[in-house]
Amino acid sequence: MTMTRSYPAHAHPLWRRVLMTREVAVIALLVVVVLWASATIPNFSGPLTFPFLILDSAPILLIALPMTLVIVTGEIDLSVASVVGLSSVLVGMLHQDGMSIPLAGLIALVVGVLCGLLNGFLVAYVGLPSLAVTIGTLALYRGVAVGLLGTTAVTDFPFKWTNLIQQGFAGGRLPFVLVPIVVLAVVFAALLHFTSFGRGLFDIGLNAEAAHFSGVNVARTKLTVFVLAGAVSAFAGVYYTLRYGSARGDNATGLELQVIAAVLLGGVSIFGGRGALHGVLGGVLLIAVISSALRLENVTVNVINIIIGLLLVLSVMSTSLLGWASKMRRGAGVRGDHARPQKRRVTSSPLQ
Amino acid sequence: MKFSKKRISTVGALVTSLALMTSACGGSGTIGSSSSGGGNSGGKVTVTFLPKNLGNPYFDTSDKGGKEAVSEFGGTFQEVGPDAASPDAQVPFINTAAQQGVKALVISANDPKAIGSALTQARSAGTKVVTFDSDTEPQYRDLFVNQASAEGIAKVEVDMVTKLIKDSGEVAILSAAANATNQNAWIKLMKADLAKNHPNVKLVDTVYGNDDDQTSFDKTAALLQSHPNLKGIISPTTVGIAAAARYISTSKSKGKVVVTGLGTPNQMRKYVKDGTVQEFALWNPADLGYLAAYAGKALADKKITGKKGDTFTAGKLGKYTVGADNTVLLGDPFVFDKSNIDKFKF
Repeated sequence: MTMTRSYPAHAHPLWRRVLMTREVAVIALLVVVVLWASATIPNFSGPLTFPFLILDSAPILLIALPMTLVIVTGEIDLSVASVVGLSSVLVGMLHQDGMSIPLAGLIALVVGVLCGLLNGFLVAYVGLPSLAVTIGTLALYRGVAVGLLGTTAVTDFPFKWTNLIQQGFAGGRLPFVLVPIVVLAVVFAALLHFTSFGRGLFDIGLNAEAAHFSGVNVARTKLTVFVLAGAVSAFAGVYYTLRYGSARGDNATGLELQVIAAVLLGGVSIFGGRGALHGVLGGVLLIAVISSALRLENVTVNVINIIIGLLLVLSVMSTSLLGWASKMRRGAGVRGDHARPQKRRVTSSPLQ
Repeated sequence: MKFSKKRISTVGALVTSLALMTSACGGSGTIGSSSSGGGNSGGKVTVTFLPKNLGNPYFDTSDKGGKEAVSEFGGTFQEVGPDAASPDAQVPFINTAAQQGVKALVISANDPKAIGSALTQARSAGTKVVTFDSDTEPQYRDLFVNQASAEGIAKVEVDMVTKLIKDSGEVAILSAAANATNQNAWIKLMKADLAKNHPNVKLVDTVYGNDDDQTSFDKTAALLQSHPNLKGIISPTTVGIAAAARYISTSKSKGKVVVTGLGTPNQMRKYVKDGTVQEFALWNPADLGYLAAYAGKALADKKITGKKGDTFTAGKLGKYTVGADNTVLLGDPFVFDKSNIDKFKF
């Protein structure tokens, strides 16, 4: 192993490791689509596009942050949309009983944390597979939400609040919801990429047993990410309620799949251990921009779904293709006369 | 090693995705470009129909009526919509209409409130909003085109059944749920009409099938048993009338007990053809869409503002006056029978 010292710690220079990634590819694609749409689609460059885009995709942007952490550990949380619905119903009912919006929102957040605790406890301490657990709580939380409010809706929210959500800085061009989105994005990025907690998440995703033996508290870490998912989903539920001025049990049904699709498009591996938040944000915005641009072109919703579905499949395929290509390269390298010595290969293989 | 395979394949993946994007968008762009290009061009009125969801035969019919009207007055028609009727699913499409600067947006609301702020934004961007079929709260739209009034529905049902039983004998009502607001209002009006104008017709029973097919079917059987002299059944709900017709069509009461009420042509076609049902009523969705499109044009042309007393002409349907709550009434319900049912596919 001492032989490896004569080689640099990374195979490629820093700029290349940062720029030549799937995350940057997604962001580059996003930039290209924005430029293309601005140039060719009437009204896309108008002043309404950006605020609408942010207002409509805010819940997905928010929930994608903790979802990234969950998926990086190799788990999944399918119950997030049901937590949005439950939080929405709670805000509606508590407000109906005379409670102020901030207090009702706070209680909804606490319930979101409890929902996350239940998910996390069953996954991390009981050891059940998260797919099964959160399919169950998806139905459970949604059932409670619909059961509480039945088929009715609470709609008499104060204009002050419902109006505030639509407003923004710079004459409404930068919706206020950007503030929590940016703050949370910075917090989650720092957490995932610059703390030992974040490194623990990647370790768990790659190999939970190895992570355990290297000192990561696997159960507590997993519990934490599920709690974060519950809390942020509840916050998104409060936003959703005020944005649409309507608390209903079926609010945000199916949102979990949009979130997961965006996270995967952003380059996070569904098997865990790989991903970055800038890619995820790029993935959410890419889907939102493509949908917005195509709707302006009067493309029907089914065609939009097909295009986004293909993009997702292609993006997931590209990961496998990249892995295959680099394996081929290494394989070829052994035979090639200017290849690195075999030892380099040995040290890098445990990372596969 | 300047161009490693890894790097090439990263770029390759990017290029392939791009190619997919541009080809897919380029192809579909040509479909939509004519209408979106016309979005802001001068005097041509652009009308966007936004039904609850696409692929729904009822809205296919109403939007066809809207398209006919728009082509009559030389505007640009487009139909957009979500694939599911969830409360917020229409919001992105309302936003898009506002971005395109569409002159009139004709919408059947999935939720009376959830799309309100989006509609308000669209209106402040200059789009006129007409609701049809399903209204929002009044402050979110310029005009609501109402398909039928309670009085009109009650009257047509009484008229149909009394005509079919030659204005004498026992009738019963098979309703939806016992606390269904609409049905109870109609039943009250029907009772008053029967008592006042049809002294020889006796309403012997009102039963509730809860808008459930099997319950309605069983209640029909029970009605016939407990009232052997029954001559007619009125069912003011589409589930009830279909279940009653299904029971009667295979029982020995066929031809003796008439079934009428509110139904849809697709559900009732079979029973009209086999003679179980002679006529039933509903509104004509094509006319509803047609009227809504003309209402949108009148608003966009600033001929009306949508307030009570405004009048406008809706092509072949004639002249309409805006009533209370910024509402226009389509007119009397439409009666379907053997002669016209095949023209309707919803």
